[in-house]
Amino acid sequence: MGRSLKKGPFVNPKLFEKVDRLTNRGIKEPIKTWARACTIVPEFVGHTFMVHNGKLHIKVFVTEDMVGHKLGEFAPTRTFRGHGGKGGKK
Amino acid sequence: MPRLLGVDIPNDRPTVISLTYLYGVGPQTARELCHKAGVDPQAKARDLHEDEVARLAALLDKDYTVEGQLRRQVAQNISRLRDIGCYRGIRHRRGLPVRGQRTRTNARTRKGPKKTVAGKKGVKDLR
Repeated sequence: MGRSLKKGPFVNPKLFEKVDRLTNRGIKEPIKTWARACTIVPEFVGHTFMVHNGKLHIKVFVTEDMVGHKLGEFAPTRTFRGHGGKGGKK
Repeated sequence: MPRLLGVDIPNDRPTVISLTYLYGVGPQTARELCHKAGVDPQAKARDLHEDEVARLAALLDKDYTVEGQLRRQVAQNISRLRDIGCYRGIRHRRGLPVRGQRTRTNARTRKGPKKTVAGKKGVKDLR
């Protein structure tokens, strides 16, 4: 179910502030963050985030198309390398 | 048989039902269309007058996204998800369920016919 419109999208205030600061200073350096639940807002476009996946930080370069998604959607938390292999095949 | 939007030729059923043969037109939209075009929903499609058909076609053309255009839109939405590399896009790429369904069992619609793995528990039971 979607989120109440009254509240607006969830944006981590601390992260938003940081992006704002970086934009004002005109620098674009990767921002390390654990805020996977944070919605990507237009202000984030062009920045690079290092999104935590539970183990390490995955580099995510934000493009216009990603607006409206959450940061966590771009840093998969699971690794699946397939079944079988040596034991399975003859 | 009346022709609507080029290829689609709904058969000799009530107009409301015939209209649902179009991609993107369900029972709800079909009722709406009949109402707006002033066509008797229960009249057999074959009995439709030429200008009734024309009215329906004009309505569909103007206010609705159907058939090829709708198909294209859907495909575009999916390819956007694929391109930005988000979780849903990855699921589409791998042909797995996108909306968090279980994959331990079932999920056959997305995964296709069963691929039996030799040596896995339960293989003998299947025969």
